[in-house]
Amino acid sequence: MQLSPFGFVIQSGQLAVREALSKFLEQLGPLNLDVEETGTVELVLAEVLNNIVEHAYPQPDQSGPISVDCAHQADGLIVNIKDQGRAMPDGQMPIGQLTSLDVEMDDLPEGGFGWFLIQHLAKDVTYDRVGNENHLRMRLAIGFF
Amino acid sequence: MELASKTEEQLRIVSVEGSRIDAAVAIEFKDAMRVQTDSGPDLVVLDLSKVDFIDSSGLGAIVAAMKHMGQDRKLALAGLTPTVERVFKLTRMDSVFSVFPTLEGALAELKAQ
Repeated sequence: MQLSPFGFVIQSGQLAVREALSKFLEQLGPLNLDVEETGTVELVLAEVLNNIVEHAYPQPDQSGPISVDCAHQADGLIVNIKDQGRAMPDGQMPIGQLTSLDVEMDDLPEGGFGWFLIQHLAKDVTYDRVGNENHLRMRLAIGFF
Repeated sequence: MELASKTEEQLRIVSVEGSRIDAAVAIEFKDAMRVQTDSGPDLVVLDLSKVDFIDSSGLGAIVAAMKHMGQDRKLALAGLTPTVERVFKLTRMDSVFSVFPTLEGALAELKAQ
């Protein structure tokens, strides 16, 4: 089955991310995704939205809209996420590599996993700065038909 | 972010009572872990069986909690649900912690040591 395209806009904030995730997953209900597929969708979207909340609209003074749009295609879900916050450093998205874990305990990384998870779990991820907006587009390889 | 804890035979069990360790509660989780682990046994088992979602901020908070406990103590993880386990595997953080499928299994093995 093919889902109708859907989308919504949230106002940047950490609790808004939770709200967006549950809204998005609710729309995927008819696909009857298994726990792994649901986990992939929720993780990728959580990392993308958390990055926007943290870096595009840094607290305490900045907030703004984040739009999430999804189109269901034969090869998966095409997700477009847009915000009007700060551009990514150097106009590029991070490559998302894990750092070595073969280090002293005090040097273990406490961050930098987000882009790795996005790049690892999503396909065809692209980023463009269009005017004053960040456009992130990706394909989640689930719900084939 | 509620944590419940009890101490059994030189081992502290800290159970996460919420279903998510995400960016919204990561700092709160880190602070609550400090309260639970600043004193007490050197061996702590973090029971994650009620947690069905963790993001990179939550993962970072668990790493921070372990680092805060110091070199001479140990933080083991138990009861990872599928999505939580996947995040640890993908980031290879499962190689940094002792990970047990169930709390019962963790206690049996750790108490025998």
